[in-house]
Amino acid sequence: MLHLDRVVIEQDGFRLTADWQVPAGARVAIIGPSGAGKSTLLSVIAGFLVPVQGRVLWSGQDLARVLPGARPLSVLFQDQNLFPHLTVAQNLGLGLRPDLRLSAQQQAQVDAALGRVGLAGTGARRPGALSGGQMGRAALARALLRARPLLLLDEPFAALGPALKAEMLALVQEVAGEAGATVLMVTHDPKDALAFADQTILVADGVAQPPRATAALFENPPPALQAYLGG
Amino acid sequence: MARGAGAMIGIGVAACVAALTLLPLGAVFLRAGGWPGFGPGDWEAVVFTVQQALLSAALSCGLAVPVARALVRRRFWGRGLLIALMGAPFILPVIVAVLGLVAVFGRSGVLNDLLAALGLPAFSLYGAHGVVLAHVFLNLPLAVRMLVQGWQAIPAERFRLAQSLGFGPREMFWHIERPMLMAIVPGALVVIFVICLTSFAVALTLGGGPGATTVELAIYQAVKFDFDLGRAGVLAAVQFGLCLLAAGLGWRWATPSAFGAGMGRLAMIPGPGGWRCWGDMLVIGLAAAFLLVPLGAVVMRGMPGLLLLPETVWAALGRSVSVALMSTLVTVAAALALALTVAARGRGAAVMDLVAVLPLATSGLVLGVGLFLLVQPLMIPSRAALPVTILVNAVLTLPFVYRLLLPQAVAMLADYGRLAESLGLRGWARLRWLVLPRLARPLGFGAGISMAFSMGDLGVIALFAGDREATLPLVVQRLMGAYRMDQAMGAALVLVLVSFALFWAFDALGRRHAAS
Repeated sequence: MLHLDRVVIEQDGFRLTADWQVPAGARVAIIGPSGAGKSTLLSVIAGFLVPVQGRVLWSGQDLARVLPGARPLSVLFQDQNLFPHLTVAQNLGLGLRPDLRLSAQQQAQVDAALGRVGLAGTGARRPGALSGGQMGRAALARALLRARPLLLLDEPFAALGPALKAEMLALVQEVAGEAGATVLMVTHDPKDALAFADQTILVADGVAQPPRATAALFENPPPALQAYLGG
Repeated sequence: MARGAGAMIGIGVAACVAALTLLPLGAVFLRAGGWPGFGPGDWEAVVFTVQQALLSAALSCGLAVPVARALVRRRFWGRGLLIALMGAPFILPVIVAVLGLVAVFGRSGVLNDLLAALGLPAFSLYGAHGVVLAHVFLNLPLAVRMLVQGWQAIPAERFRLAQSLGFGPREMFWHIERPMLMAIVPGALVVIFVICLTSFAVALTLGGGPGATTVELAIYQAVKFDFDLGRAGVLAAVQFGLCLLAAGLGWRWATPSAFGAGMGRLAMIPGPGGWRCWGDMLVIGLAAAFLLVPLGAVVMRGMPGLLLLPETVWAALGRSVSVALMSTLVTVAAALALALTVAARGRGAAVMDLVAVLPLATSGLVLGVGLFLLVQPLMIPSRAALPVTILVNAVLTLPFVYRLLLPQAVAMLADYGRLAESLGLRGWARLRWLVLPRLARPLGFGAGISMAFSMGDLGVIALFAGDREATLPLVVQRLMGAYRMDQAMGAALVLVLVSFALFWAFDALGRRHAAS
């Protein structure tokens, strides 16, 4: 279970509060106008940003002293998810051992993960030789190898076309379902939220509101969401 | 939080650099012991130093504007090669440049042959104008490169906008080029002014005597000929004051201006036609001749000299290469540690940034005399010659290599810092899989620059070295001083070939390992 306990984030005059819990295994969309602090919220959970107040807990453990790389989570950023100077296989290998001294068994794991996301045979290539969708798949394969119980998606598929994006979300659904992982996904598209997430967190006016059932939320949107959706 | 060990290394390096810069200064001040006053000619040296530096900076930048503009807006055969060669004088050993100028402008040079044939009085390269000429020769390419970069940093969109608005050459200059020049030229002026302020080798070979002695040369003479350390201390204090003043100016002016980001393509700058086109080609031709003929002369006159080289040349070459390798290792490691720490914006980053450029406020002879005073009670000066030279070279090159690395380190952290953190990439693994591949290019280039600087250095070594410690530039200078010009040219050719080869090798190494 992810618990944001009276968290207050402040950055250059910007302020955001969050006080809620997300049950393990949930699919949660984070939606709201741009600049509302959706990515900032993920940064705090991932450990890149320290909240001025409050605690971030995972299964009851306070994460304040845990470095980003040691937190029980994987992040997919908007872009720059792969190091362009390393091969695809090396990029995946970093998920198993940051010093890349992989055993034969770990090499096999990398190959299997590549196959799992439909990238078999691309291990020796550089990310520059992949398409946008393939890069997303590779990043997802690394998250698969890291096997952390929480997956944070900071709009990693925003640049993809609608069909490709739907495909990627289905893949996330599968991968996370197998691992029983909790997924938090930033999006600005209500369709993504409806298709992917059983719960949705609305970030607006300095507050990240507690998660609510996605369908109910969109059926009866509060004023802030109404303003964002328009009409 | 994650940067414990890295930050400690950065702080340690910064402390060492500060100590290496400031302790010798302290030793110098202590030795000077108050203000014993100027010796004869010292005030003249101060005035000449400032005057020649001002004149050299103004001439270099003034001439660089038309040259750079012609280079960025004309396409012609060999353009890339010419721009690359523009970088050569910057890493050219000063003594080689001097020999090249002697071959062209000297007593039996090409110019005087021409003047004699026309029945005109001979031109003498020795004296104040020779010093300024050599400084312009050495620094014009630097100014041109800075300006070419300035022009290329102007987003191509802005030129397209100007064209769509129907700007003529005059409007183009006023609205687009003038703001860029206002941003770049002051920085270029200050950089060249500072370089010329601490000029030693040029003054040693072409200047000297009343009216053509720099403070740096006066320090050398006070130590070498008069063994008057008190007076050397006073002069070193004056030199430090001058450099500090100039560096302070530089701090104010040389901050890079933020140009709007372009699309990353090499700006194809539209050039006007008509007489301006011919004017540009003339400017390029003159600049190329001024910069390349002296270099060609060294090659032509040096080749027969290669057969006459005394044994001492080869031993000196070995010493020069070892000194350069050691000081490059020290500089690059220190610059990398500082750049990474400053780029991470931890506590004290601003102080470390200042420390990294602190050596700009000092000079080779000031540092050298200070270190000499520090080690004097401990060992025979001539035995300290090479270690002191290594340290001085490393410290003086540090700001350049640091400045090369810092923006790349900042970009690396901005692009991949979070990804690396989220994957737990730390310590050695981070260095191996993130830092070295991402920074390979500036590291290789920085190492190449450092090698070339150190190979060509003729400064503090001249103060201490006996025959058994002489580096190659010193041997060249001594041959030249003994009027064994053919041997000097031959040795100079060896020096320049090895320097360029080492520069090229390190730069190529960096480029080969550079992240695609």
